[in-house]
Parts: sequence; structure tokens; C-alpha cells
Amino acid sequence: MKRIGVLAFQGGVIEHVKKVEEQGCVPVLVKKNEDLDGVDGLILPGGESTTIGKFLIETGMKDKILELAKQGLPMWGTCAGAILLSKSIKNQGSGVLPLLDIVIERNAYGSQLDSFKKEVFVPRLNKTTECVFIRAPKIVEVGSNVEVLAQLDTPIAVLQGKILATTFHPELTSQNYWHSFFIENVVK
Amino acid sequence: MSEVVNVNERYELNKNLAQMLKGGVIMDVTSPKEAEIAEKAGAVAVMALQKVPADLRREGKVARMADPKIILEIKKAVSIPVMAKVRIGHFVEAQILEALGIDYIDESEVLTPADEEHHIDKWKFKAAFVCGARDLGEALRRIQEGASMIRTKGEAGTGNVVEAVRHLRRINKQIAYAASLNEDELYAYAKELGVSYELLKKTAELKRLPVVNFAAGGIATPADAALMMQLGADGVFVGSGIFKSKNPEKRARAIVMATTYYNDPKILAEISYDLGEEMEGIDLRGLSADQLLQFRGN
Repeated sequence: MKRIGVLAFQGGVIEHVKKVEEQGCVPVLVKKNEDLDGVDGLILPGGESTTIGKFLIETGMKDKILELAKQGLPMWGTCAGAILLSKSIKNQGSGVLPLLDIVIERNAYGSQLDSFKKEVFVPRLNKTTECVFIRAPKIVEVGSNVEVLAQLDTPIAVLQGKILATTFHPELTSQNYWHSFFIENVVK
Repeated sequence: MSEVVNVNERYELNKNLAQMLKGGVIMDVTSPKEAEIAEKAGAVAVMALQKVPADLRREGKVARMADPKIILEIKKAVSIPVMAKVRIGHFVEAQILEALGIDYIDESEVLTPADEEHHIDKWKFKAAFVCGARDLGEALRRIQEGASMIRTKGEAGTGNVVEAVRHLRRINKQIAYAASLNEDELYAYAKELGVSYELLKKTAELKRLPVVNFAAGGIATPADAALMMQLGADGVFVGSGIFKSKNPEKRARAIVMATTYYNDPKILAEISYDLGEEMEGIDLRGLSADQLLQFRGN
């Protein structure tokens, strides 16, 4: 059985844990370096990217995760997680784990009053997926090696090698399409 | 890009934001500088206030919503969500905060109540609301009125966690009790609590509140924060405890760490080490009934 780590400092942790279980995988709460031992994939959940980023740096987990990324550890960032994985954050330097060749803009839709939900057809999944955007970021540029999986006015789901990012929260819906895509097509 | 939405979908989105704050610390701040300190320390949101509860308590004057100038300056200073307080029942203050594009409105007993009988009808707003509660009845009544997040009331501005502990334990105990009841008993209990049967039933089935529940009121140390987390809080609010202590940066950071590593005494020992003087606490037994904030708005 696959062991899927869920970064558990703060945010939508339990929601991802439940989805991982529903996929028949073993969720692993990751709060320390040793929690990363033997995981087959890592989910960086939504939450506050500044808070989670700070923990990654202070615990030294940043270096360990970057090392594991070099060895090909599959990762998926949702919302705040996508910000952490970005090579560039508009007007703010880079993400703490700059593994994904995109430029992202924080809170690009506005405040909580501008949070929204939308159904989006995703060709690669051949499914219409419910996308929940909570104070979401926008992917404003993508590198040539990045595949755009879903798009509104800008890309909302991208894949580069073993790194998946969505600016919305599939863990907040009753659907499992994105979790099964991550586990079957990225983690494998 | 607001293309929303019916009332229920809006409510779900507001509940969703609270879910993203889980495991985090929300800090009271009164200036952009304090907001920056809070964000740097790892706060998941800030509460923009004119004065922290300890000062409001000392002055004993009418306490109102903060000036929009302060709120907007704080909003500009940070990228994390910004909350602000309105008086209980003061729906116009809430309209103003919504017009300012606030991320969460706290209808709070810490400010002077504007209406002693009615809370705000929160379903009329697009904005998200958090409300205080001392027991399950209060919590569910606030949810019925449209609150998408709950916090314990505790006794704000005292640096004394005893009331927050009492409130969280009481809510947990009442939920466990509700979960033990059969259907006809549940009807009677709903009547006793003054809440709808459907909402109580849902709570009993979930064995928790149907929205995120943070601890608040009197949290002053990393150990206090970890205590509330071990008792089952989804996260914590810290008010006067940070900026009324001697070393706010260090203490704020320690409370953030403690909220994440709440189950790890070894780490808690490390982060509690040499934090400098904490805020002065108040023994609640020395306060008269009219000095207690928690009885405002039930």
C-alpha cells in the first residue's frame, strides 16, 4: 500500500488525510524530518503559505524535501501548497520549495468575499471537477516544460514531471478525481 | 471575480476558509507594525482592533469596531486573512466591515454589546462570521444565525485560561451527551438548548461542531495553547497575551510552534524556555459579575 505524506503544520490536513484513505492509501502526518522516511508521495495542503513556509524553514524540512524531490518524490500542492512550490511569487521572490516553473500571484482574486466555486472540465481526467477557490492564488506564467491540466482565465492545475499543483481545493469537495489522478498517475 | 452564488454556497465557502486556518494561531493586532510581527511569527490570520482586550477591560469605556483606517492599514501590511470585531447585534458595523472587504467578522462580546437581545442575522451577509460560545447551545444558536466559525469565549484580556478550558470542556461534554441520546430524547435536548433539532442531530452524528471551533480568551503561554489543542480545539486566538508580554516576537513564535507541536512535550519544553515576562494575569475570583465579558450575548 502506498504511503502518502500530508504536510501537517496547519491548514486543510484532515481533509486530505480522508481523501488519501478513500484511495486505499496510508496517510502519514508529516511534521518532522523523520516523518518523511518511506513516503511515496507528499501533499502540501492549503492553509497559510507564510505560516507553512516558516515551519519548513525553521524545522530544516525544506532541505530534506528538496533533497527528496531530486530523488523524484512526487508532490502535490493545493492552494498554499502551490505557492510554496512556485519558482517565483509575483513581487515577492520565490516559494520555499521552488520546484515548479511557474509564476504565481498571492490572493489574486481578492479577499474572502471573492472566494468562489466553479465546475471545470479537465480533458486529461475526462471529468468535470468541482473547483473551490478560497482566497486563491493565480498562476500568471508557466514555463515551457509545464503542462497545463485545467484553466479558467489563467491555469488552475499544472503538472511538471512529478510535481502537481492546483490553485483550488479538491479536498473540500465530495469528488475524488484529483486525488486518484495524483496517486495513479503521478505517484504510480 | 465574484460570480457567486446562493446563500448556502457562500456559507460553504466561508466555512472552507475557517478550515484552512485550522491548527493555526490568530493574533489580535492594533497596528500595521504588530500585524507584520504576527505574520512573521507565523500567525494564520490577524484580528484588527483599536485596542487589545486587556486595555479595553482596564479602561471600562464603550468599545466599538475599529476605525476603518486602522483596518485598511493592517490589511495592506499583510498577506494573511484579516478579521475585525463588531459589537454584538451591531449589523451596521458589520455592513461597514463587509464594504471594506474584510475576510472574517468577529461578532464579539469583547466589545460593548449594541443589542442585548439580538445577534446579527448573519445570513444577510456575504462576509464570513465567527462568534463566541460558552456552551453547545450558544454555539449552535450562533451557527443557526449564520456563523461559519465558533470560538470559545473564555475571559478575554485576563491572561487566565480557566474559562476557555471550562467552555471547551463543556461543549465537548454536551456533544458527547447529545451523541448518546436517541431521537425523542434529542428533541427534548434541542428544546432545552434552544436550538433546532436538525442542527443538534447533525452535531451529534458528527460528534463535533459542524464548523471549525477555535479556543480563545485568556491564552497567554505556549502551554496554554497546547492545552487547548489537546482538549480538542481546532486552533487558537491569542489577544492581549502577545503584545502585553515583554517579548512579543519571541512569544508569538512560541505560541505558533506550540499550536502545531501540541502533542510533543519535548518540543513544548524547548519553545517555552526563557520567553521573558508574560502578561500579568487576573484571578477571576477578584472580578465582579459585571466585569466579566463572557456573559455578554448568549
